[in-house]
Amino acid sequence: MTPALETRNLCKHFGALTVAEQINFKLDAGARHALIGPNGAGKTTFVNMLMGGLAPSSGAILLGGVEVTRQSQRQRVKHGLGRTFQINSLFRSLTVVDNVSLAVAERHGVAWGMFRPAGRYRSVVDESMQLLDTLGLLEDAKLSLAALPYGKQRLVEIAIALGMRPKVLLLDEPAAGIPSLESHRILEVLDALPKEIAILIIEHDMDLVFRFARKITVLAQGAVLMEGSPAEVSSDARVRQVYLGERRE
Amino acid sequence: MQGFASSLVSVAFHGIAYGMILYVISVGLSVTMGLMGFVNLAHGVFAMTGGYVMLSAMSRYDVPFPLALCLAFVLVAAASVVLERLLYARLYSAGDLEQVLLTIGLIFMAVAAARLAYGTLQQPVNLPPYLKGQFALFGRDFPAYRVFLVAFSSVLVAVLWFGVERTRWGAKVRAAVDNRAMAQAIGINTSLLFTVTFALGSGLAALGGALGADIIAIQPIYPFENLITFLIVVAVGGMGSLRGPFVAALLIGISDTACKYWLPQFGAFFIYAATIAILLWRPAGLFGKASQ
Amino acid sequence: MTGPAHTGSYLSDPRVRPMEWLPWVLALVCYFAAPTYLPLGSYILIMILFALSLDLILGYAGIITLGHAAYFGFGAYVAAILAVRVTADPLIGIAVAGISAGLLGWLTGLVILRMRGLTLLMLTLAITSICYEIANKATALTGGADGLGGFNMKPILGLFKFDLFNKTGYLYCLLFLFVAWWLVRRIIYSPFGASLTGIRENVARMHALGSPVYQRLVAVYTISAALAGVAGGLLTHTTEFVGLKVLSFDLSGDLLVMLILGGVGRIYGAFVGPVVYLLAQDSLAKQFPEYWYFGIGLMLVLVVMFARGGILGIVDRLLLRIRRGNT
Ligand SMILES: Nc1ncnc2c1ncn2[C@@H]1O[C@H](COP(=O)(O)OP(=O)(O)OP(=O)(O)O)[C@@H](O)[C@H]1O
Ligand SMILES: [Mg+2]
Repeated sequence: MTPALETRNLCKHFGALTVAEQINFKLDAGARHALIGPNGAGKTTFVNMLMGGLAPSSGAILLGGVEVTRQSQRQRVKHGLGRTFQINSLFRSLTVVDNVSLAVAERHGVAWGMFRPAGRYRSVVDESMQLLDTLGLLEDAKLSLAALPYGKQRLVEIAIALGMRPKVLLLDEPAAGIPSLESHRILEVLDALPKEIAILIIEHDMDLVFRFARKITVLAQGAVLMEGSPAEVSSDARVRQVYLGERRE
Repeated sequence: MQGFASSLVSVAFHGIAYGMILYVISVGLSVTMGLMGFVNLAHGVFAMTGGYVMLSAMSRYDVPFPLALCLAFVLVAAASVVLERLLYARLYSAGDLEQVLLTIGLIFMAVAAARLAYGTLQQPVNLPPYLKGQFALFGRDFPAYRVFLVAFSSVLVAVLWFGVERTRWGAKVRAAVDNRAMAQAIGINTSLLFTVTFALGSGLAALGGALGADIIAIQPIYPFENLITFLIVVAVGGMGSLRGPFVAALLIGISDTACKYWLPQFGAFFIYAATIAILLWRPAGLFGKASQ
Repeated sequence: MTGPAHTGSYLSDPRVRPMEWLPWVLALVCYFAAPTYLPLGSYILIMILFALSLDLILGYAGIITLGHAAYFGFGAYVAAILAVRVTADPLIGIAVAGISAGLLGWLTGLVILRMRGLTLLMLTLAITSICYEIANKATALTGGADGLGGFNMKPILGLFKFDLFNKTGYLYCLLFLFVAWWLVRRIIYSPFGASLTGIRENVARMHALGSPVYQRLVAVYTISAALAGVAGGLLTHTTEFVGLKVLSFDLSGDLLVMLILGGVGRIYGAFVGPVVYLLAQDSLAKQFPEYWYFGIGLMLVLVVMFARGGILGIVDRLLLRIRRGNT
């Protein structure tokens, strides 16, 4: 079966700094796959290249078997790719529901509409509301995003990505900045995601990783250190050394 | 043929003089834009003020020329520190629009103040006697003041480049232009660095404005009239870069002089067209960092 | 509760509120109450239209430009040249001015809107400067520094003559402003308008949503340029003259000041700003030009430091405080 997402010999250099070195990576259909590695390992850079915001220095990216290395983010989104950001990347002056509606309208192909008021696109509004409902944000839908507590903003970050109905979802540290006690809410949301979506999650919170992922890739200094099941990874001596050893709480 | 060769030399000479002045004025703009990411449209105000300070010091108080130059540098640099701390520093993290508006506001105020103090006419430039007259070089006569201008600016540029390449301050500036967060992380006091750099840039602009008073006339609309030229130097050269604006300033100085001499019917058309072409080809300028 | 008014929002009520009729009522009252001021009134209406076009790209899409006069001036010159050489029919003139300015906006937009920040700012400046140089030097076509005049506009639809007191001209401008307002308002409340706000707020995220950011910007830039061109055409028609000032950096600067003064990104800022600015200018600028400019500069600095929303922003805050005080 063709993987949902694949990279072949992906490299990225910033000047003399190598941030991705010959990364060969496969994300299976319906995967629950985690990408871990110490700070500065190049995880976010990897996601940026997959999404198309950053051009790789060399190598290829395939989405569902189709090469997309030179395609724009827009084209990749059309192929079913979506992502969230490690640092909230939201529309702060808009309402919560508008944050989601922008994504939904784009997917429905109605975002070019210039004459009918946005509120009259019932299907867009209803779908956005529904999404917020499933994430437990319905009550906050009409609030300005900036008025939301940080934890809920992280959920909106996910809601926007879900509004794109991706087939492949890249989650860059969805629980970043949330106290571990509260991160169970994020985990609940992740657990409830449709089974057919292939998910790549980057996360520092090991409890979350081990509960969620069925496969783990370890990245260190831009290169893949190892790949395997959670059990294999947690018992690997090299991983302990480069990663678990210097993991911050 | 002889006539053409002679005008070629003349255009090159005056073009270089103009270009040097443009560089001395604009280099501070390039560095502050690269360092602080601040869109400072009011940079010309500092150059104009430098011109006024020097000219009125000389004409009203009989201050000798070299001292008047120093005065222009020191006064404007000091004033710019006040402005930087009071206004600019509060908008470092604001959007481009806020910065554009603030600095346009400053231009308006400066233009009005200059008109109140000096009237709308351009200031007469009275050079000291030892810089008047002609200077013979390679069997040709050149205006002595322009020769002095080129020589003095060259020394200034050399000192500046040496300072940025070889001093601790220069190393810090280069580090901060490269990566501000990183510079902060390794303990560079960026706020102080910004203030000092801003003051130096403004002082240089004042020096440029004063030195170039007989090339770029000192008059109240100065900051508006020359705004585009200064910005072109920085944008084409590549902001944050030290060498880029130098090349750009010379290119503009020479081509502007050439156009005025040979193709006056086209005005500044070619300069603008070339600017657009260069920016489309290299959005970050000739020597700018490629990733924007 | 529901976000700020007049932004593209999927929640805001798109119906015209009673308050929104106020400008139109006032404009008509002025027509009858101040007949000697109609030439100034027409100019204000034209600048409102021009400011509205700027608000669309600056206030909503977040494109910072110092060169919007290029499209205004292009429309003005096209209208004048058309009147001199082809036809002095006003409606045809406005249509051609709007379409050609829109075309220019589309072509230049295609080229420059891939850029951002200083580069974009520079490009808008350079484009206006080129237009200025061309108008200045192509004397045979444009009249150069003397400007282009000496034409008489035909009556509108063959019925309504332009008169000395600008009575017709005022209503003519008011009509176009009304149409433009209606159009802009529609756009603002549409999904397209919402996506423009998204682009202004967070362009990286819009890209990641798969939004065709560049095409959206080109589209709104074209619309805005066409509206600016219509405003320019109106100026030519009501004054039966066009001069280099319509392409100047000063005009772009003045326009920006007016819009900022009124309030950016809220439609009616484009109404309030030009009215206040031009009325104040009319009474103060001639008597105290230096103090006028100084005051404008100071006002800009103060607005940026303390009142980012301009006059309407201040009004909003006052209203909010009063409402809070009542409950
Ligand atoms: N645009 C850039 N220019 C230069 N270096 C960069 C750039 N972006 C990232 N880097 C560097 O690349 C390295 C990898 O960064 P990246 O953000 O991908 O790490 P990460 O694995 O996501 O780390 P974290 O766990 O902290 O999020 C870092 O050393 C970073 O400084
Ligand atoms: Mg990261």
